[in-house]
Amino acid sequence: MYENVEMRKVFCDELDRLMEKDARIAVLDADLAKANGTLRLRDKYPDRAFDVGIAEQNMASVAAGMAAYGMIPFIGSFAPFVTRRICDQLAISVSYACQSVKIVGSDPGITAEYNGGTHMSFEDIGVLRSIPNFVIFEPADAVELAKSLPQIVAHDGPIYLRLARKAAPVVYGGDYQFELLSADVLRPGKDVSVFASGIMVHEALEAEKLLRAENIDAEIINIHTVKPIDADAVVSSVKKTGVAVTCENHNVIGGLRSAVAEVLTERCPAYIAAVGIPDCFGVVGKMPYLKEKFGLTSRDIAAAVRNALDRKSKA
Amino acid sequence: MNETETRFLERKATQIRKRIVEAIASAGVGHIGGCLSVADVLTVLYYKHMRIDCGRPDMCGRDRLIMSKGHAGPAVYAVLADKGYFPIEALLTVNQPETRLPSHCDMVRTRGVDMTAGSLGQGLSCAVGMAKASKIKKDGARIYAIIGDGESQEGQIWEASMLAAHLKLDNLIAFLDYNKLQIDGPICDINGLEPVGDKWAAFGWNVLDVPDGNDTAQIDEAIARVKTCVGKPSMLILNTVKGKGVSFVECAGAGNHNMTFSQEQKRAALAELDKEMA
Repeated sequence: MYENVEMRKVFCDELDRLMEKDARIAVLDADLAKANGTLRLRDKYPDRAFDVGIAEQNMASVAAGMAAYGMIPFIGSFAPFVTRRICDQLAISVSYACQSVKIVGSDPGITAEYNGGTHMSFEDIGVLRSIPNFVIFEPADAVELAKSLPQIVAHDGPIYLRLARKAAPVVYGGDYQFELLSADVLRPGKDVSVFASGIMVHEALEAEKLLRAENIDAEIINIHTVKPIDADAVVSSVKKTGVAVTCENHNVIGGLRSAVAEVLTERCPAYIAAVGIPDCFGVVGKMPYLKEKFGLTSRDIAAAVRNALDRKSKA
Repeated sequence: MNETETRFLERKATQIRKRIVEAIASAGVGHIGGCLSVADVLTVLYYKHMRIDCGRPDMCGRDRLIMSKGHAGPAVYAVLADKGYFPIEALLTVNQPETRLPSHCDMVRTRGVDMTAGSLGQGLSCAVGMAKASKIKKDGARIYAIIGDGESQEGQIWEASMLAAHLKLDNLIAFLDYNKLQIDGPICDINGLEPVGDKWAAFGWNVLDVPDGNDTAQIDEAIARVKTCVGKPSMLILNTVKGKGVSFVECAGAGNHNMTFSQEQKRAALAELDKEMA
């Protein structure tokens, strides 16, 4: 049912459903309600859905004040402007004060496309991952997004929802049992552990098909929540395969690769090949071009897997 | 306000100052200047205007106080202890290991503190969020916020200011602790605020200048006046003295922002405040 449906539409529909039942939920935007799909909520909830104008720092602290008053506010903008730009407000007004604010960063990484380097957040996860108490979640498709929202509301604490706005290829069936803090093994395998998040989950699944043709048995795991990372799932997979590949639409510093490395160095040292942004800023372009430019295609993942297996065989 | 009430608030403010001095002296160092300058407004709010119940610190619809200049924590703690939120003796644990009273206001650690603050500029935005939430819940609460003059150099203050006026948050009453000093010197030499009243008025606020922001009667009268304002948030500009009530602290000027405080200085300060009480 979610084929070719924009993620922002699913986000707004589900939020609407939750707001109907729960008067504590509020939605604050910073002049991007149209872009992020939440504009229509204002007709139905004129008190609880409103714009603060282009003032993201204020939006974060206003939301913290609302949360301290018993509400559950969602704040939204493009990913860099609700992370990098407002890091201190998220740290102090929100997390240090233990306020349950939900931050929605849209157009993460290369999905910012023609908005280019200024809007192309490759550092948002890295920025937030070092702030205590944050849960950082990135859905792979609309099914996962829809299933996550009730748990995001129910979680008592700050959450960053890293949300591609456009339609995403469907990864999950309708019977998917989502757990916010548990990673999902999408394809079991024994040769290599491929950890992916967000738009890279679909690419990893495509890579798995390429590798299967070469008799490489890759395990594909969706790390939808990079903090707190499901360490047991990471360790249990790598104990079996002995080698890992991480795939992320983010700088290879600070995000999924770092999180996986932190777990493995402590509990199961292994070689990790990284697919992700090689510590540089973004550029303008459409997704296919940007995937090629930054090496985020299924072919790049397959190559990283071969490299990882090569390292494993020489170990 | 009759004479008895005026006398009560004045004496109470002096008593709060004594407790601030004792708390900061027990730590040996602290933000004494900015704590003493807000002792009077805190006294008027907590003993005259705020609808609160120390037995029920989480009471729905209670009024809130956000000390946006979060370094005035010890001043807030002195009032909260006196109101019964926690024992008076706890004031002597300010900034000690494992204390529940850190120098900057912390709602997670301290009973009765309504919002965490310390990174300047954020508390007023939090107050705007609370005032908006109160409007949504229609619980009739008032939200009070105290901002610093140095803090007013933060851009976020003005973001909050615009939004509060736009949302017509007439349940929000803010105070500018205008003691005209910041860490590096006089505000006017660093990055001046004037004409600060005109700025707040231009941002859509109901502005009232309180000529002596350390005079409890003037503060009380100003609060009573702005409570009747409809459709706008209110800003009371309190012309205060940093370090008010302890002459050697006042004399230290900008140096009193965060100063060391010996036991000898404590005795001198308490003696001066005791004379005030007599």
